[in-house]
Amino acid sequence: MPEPRLTRLLLRLGAGLTLAFIYLPLLVIGLYAFNERVTQAWPIRDYSLRWFGVAWRDESVRDALWLSLLAGLGATGLALVLGTLASLAIARHRFFGREAITFAVILPIALPGIVTGLALQATIKDLLGPVGVGFGLGTIIVGHATFCVVVVYNNVLARLRRTAGSLDEASADLGADSWQTFRYVLFPQLRTALLAGALLAFALSFDEIIVTIFTSGAQQTLPIWMYATLFRPDDLPIVNVVALFVILLSVLPVYAASRLAGGGGVEQVAAGAAKVEAGAASAP
Amino acid sequence: MTSVAVVEPPPRRGAGRRLSSFLYRHPRLRLGALLALPVGWLGIVYLGSLAVLLLSAFWKTDPFTSQVVRELTLDNFREIAERPVYREVAWRTVRMAFLVTVACALLAFPLAYYMARVASPRTRNLLVVAVLMPLWASYLVKAYAWRTLLSEEGAINWALDPLGLHFNGYSTTGLWLVFTYLWLPYMVLPVYAGLERIPQSLLEASADLGGRSLTTFARVTLPLVFPAVVAGSIFTFSLTLGDYIAPSLVTSDQFVGTVIYRIYGTALPTAAAYALVPIAVIVGYLLVARRLRAFESL
Repeated sequence: MPEPRLTRLLLRLGAGLTLAFIYLPLLVIGLYAFNERVTQAWPIRDYSLRWFGVAWRDESVRDALWLSLLAGLGATGLALVLGTLASLAIARHRFFGREAITFAVILPIALPGIVTGLALQATIKDLLGPVGVGFGLGTIIVGHATFCVVVVYNNVLARLRRTAGSLDEASADLGADSWQTFRYVLFPQLRTALLAGALLAFALSFDEIIVTIFTSGAQQTLPIWMYATLFRPDDLPIVNVVALFVILLSVLPVYAASRLAGGGGVEQVAAGAAKVEAGAASAP
Repeated sequence: MTSVAVVEPPPRRGAGRRLSSFLYRHPRLRLGALLALPVGWLGIVYLGSLAVLLLSAFWKTDPFTSQVVRELTLDNFREIAERPVYREVAWRTVRMAFLVTVACALLAFPLAYYMARVASPRTRNLLVVAVLMPLWASYLVKAYAWRTLLSEEGAINWALDPLGLHFNGYSTTGLWLVFTYLWLPYMVLPVYAGLERIPQSLLEASADLGGRSLTTFARVTLPLVFPAVVAGSIFTFSLTLGDYIAPSLVTSDQFVGTVIYRIYGTALPTAAAYALVPIAVIVGYLLVARRLRAFESL
């Protein structure tokens, strides 16, 4: 039953307006990166590439970018191990407390980021401070890994549900040990799901600020650098360049991940659902 | 060399193989090996931290040094319940979360409906990607973009100027726009998925029984997609409740997140007690959502 023509027209209009609402702000902030002047008045009068050079040479931007990359890699690595193990247990076993574990995996992103951040900070300060653990890269990674696990977990679990456990048993029957079964049977099936999960986890970690502020101490990741700098009007042109860079850097892996997850619209929604569950943060 | 020897290589004998067959015979141990790390991590690092936070809500703050004194007390909860400012801020935050949720639902619906029911499969896939991409674009960059847009000399006032209008962007209304923008994709995707799950045959049946399109929409589509809207609202609601970055970018009004962020350095116990407010609201919301069968729509 097709919708009447007027309805279709109105729907198209509504959809178009919503899409414009989603994309115009990103477009505008992208254009600001090419703004010659320091003032942020709209419309932009003179365009130039000048601030790209300034941002590139800026020591604090580079340090922050480096820290963000390290944190992203560390958190992604941990999340891959923890998420894969958890999803294998959930997909292939029935046991008491299974529901509790699925709940615990999702909880770090279901609760507001400020709660997670405050809880981690109180713990690190109270319990680990006295034994000499300070805030820094290590604590940033711990915080990020905690909410990145779910992204890997979701991707791998979805893949495991589509692959038969009987393959593992067949492999064992043919004489493979657990490691060989994982290496030659399970891993090839999971490879793209793991890669997609890793890309999404990295993107999540790279953008995170709400929890990170609580766990980074005096260190600045790229989002924290932006947050600290955007209140200084003279440095806004550099912030604009970094903003454009961050948009590109976080969107590209997601595009790659959605292609890896298998092209179809439904699977892309599943990939999106991971982020939706990932609530950002948690912001993302 | 016979072919039999080729297809049947001698099985490897070694510690690995013995361990592997041992684990195969003891599925509980295998499960334990799988679960040890993730459960240890989430149980100790995460739930442990939450317990520490919960516990610190019962501690005292030394009024002179701002140091935490480990004596159990209910003073923090009393302060939050009695000082009107805390109640006011909590109320303002919940109201904001509600209005953001309504705005997101109203904006998401036409787009999701168009994606699920009108667009060709090709357009549909493109639209799904189009909604997904901004979801992953940096949260901070998006909030910052709105700070720029909403400023006195920003694009919004530039566009309103010829109409003789002016919008004070750095306000609660401005923040409402920012939140609506930030969380919109979280609403579009579940609603789209919910609409796509409605079988075409149900709509045809409604039409066969004489339901006109508006009737079908109101009596068939809307009730069926409602759980999906509730599912989306979990995100729009929960994300708004705890946010402290976006408010700090566009308004000086205080919200639960900004208050916690401001006081945690000097009064951690009070901040911890106040953090229980959004947790309680969200847990309550989740319970209601479960009764409305929203979880099946996730």
